[in-house]
Amino acid sequence: MNIIVAGVKKEVPENTTVKELIYLENVETPDYVTVSINDEFLMKAQQETTVLREGDNVEFLYFMGGGC
Amino acid sequence: MAFSNEQLERYARHIILKEIGVKGQKKLLNGSVLIIGAGGLGAPAAMYLAAAGVGTIGIVDADVVDLSNLQRQIIHAMKDIDKPKVISAKETMEEMNPDVKVNAIQAFVSSENILELIEPYDFIIDGTDNFPAKFLINDACVMAKKPFSHAGIIRFKGQLMTYVPGQGPCYRCVFHEPPPKNAVPTCKEAGVVGAMGGVIGSLQAMEAIKYLTGVGDLLAGRLMTYDAIKMEFRTIKLPHDTSTCPVCGENPTITELIDYEQAACELK
Ligand SMILES: [Zn+2]
Repeated sequence: MNIIVAGVKKEVPENTTVKELIYLENVETPDYVTVSINDEFLMKAQQETTVLREGDNVEFLYFMGGGC
Repeated sequence: MAFSNEQLERYARHIILKEIGVKGQKKLLNGSVLIIGAGGLGAPAAMYLAAAGVGTIGIVDADVVDLSNLQRQIIHAMKDIDKPKVISAKETMEEMNPDVKVNAIQAFVSSENILELIEPYDFIIDGTDNFPAKFLINDACVMAKKPFSHAGIIRFKGQLMTYVPGQGPCYRCVFHEPPPKNAVPTCKEAGVVGAMGGVIGSLQAMEAIKYLTGVGDLLAGRLMTYDAIKMEFRTIKLPHDTSTCPVCGENPTITELIDYEQAACELK
């Protein structure tokens, strides 16, 4: 099925969870990333149970603390 | 307040802009911005705001200038090594523009001083390098109803967003709480291209200028990301619902400022 990750169309297996997508996408800090799906925040506790659906628009929002 | 001939010449490129003009330039001269952190982000932000004629600029930082800062902190020079960063920054800004009054505050921000520090200013720029300070600034700005610009840089990447009270999510809406020490790389450990501070810090200055003059759309409710490797800017729409946020939501559970353990970029 097709979804959009960070603005780019991606094909992922049916029933992929958000948690699985975080690993598929090689997110550098998988435990510390905010996820939004279709412009709604997803609570961290729901990453494992939330199954992606065709056409979902997923954004990863990364912690960036530098300024030094 | 009438402009002197020198001011008309100095600000000619602003005054000619229909969005700014004489009116907008007066707003800048009557405006005030507090920059927290005189480092990679704060240095270019401070210089552009001073050059733009923002009448009062506060700058807060506890550090002294180190040789390793000069790769990106362009407000400081060789002659400033070992000098407090805020003094070096003040000297550079005052040399650039005598219209600007600079308040140099050599201190770390904490729950003890932050509300007092931000109170006199119209707009706040977060140019700090650690999460405890970023959350502290966010919470204080939410509580004091002050607009601020958040930014972060690392390696070849940067991000920024603007908080305006009542106009979208705060930093805590997006990031909840500081990650544990060492869970997320800092720019000291991971490195950062010096020009990244110039790109993102200048965008923060741009947000301050737009806020003070009332020009254009601020980056409220949106997170901008910049990836220099892909040479790509993206603007990510942030969720609009802030009702459950522990600090800016309808029933806040964070009603006092928190001093998280100082972690992240241990300066130098
Ligand atoms: Zn919030």
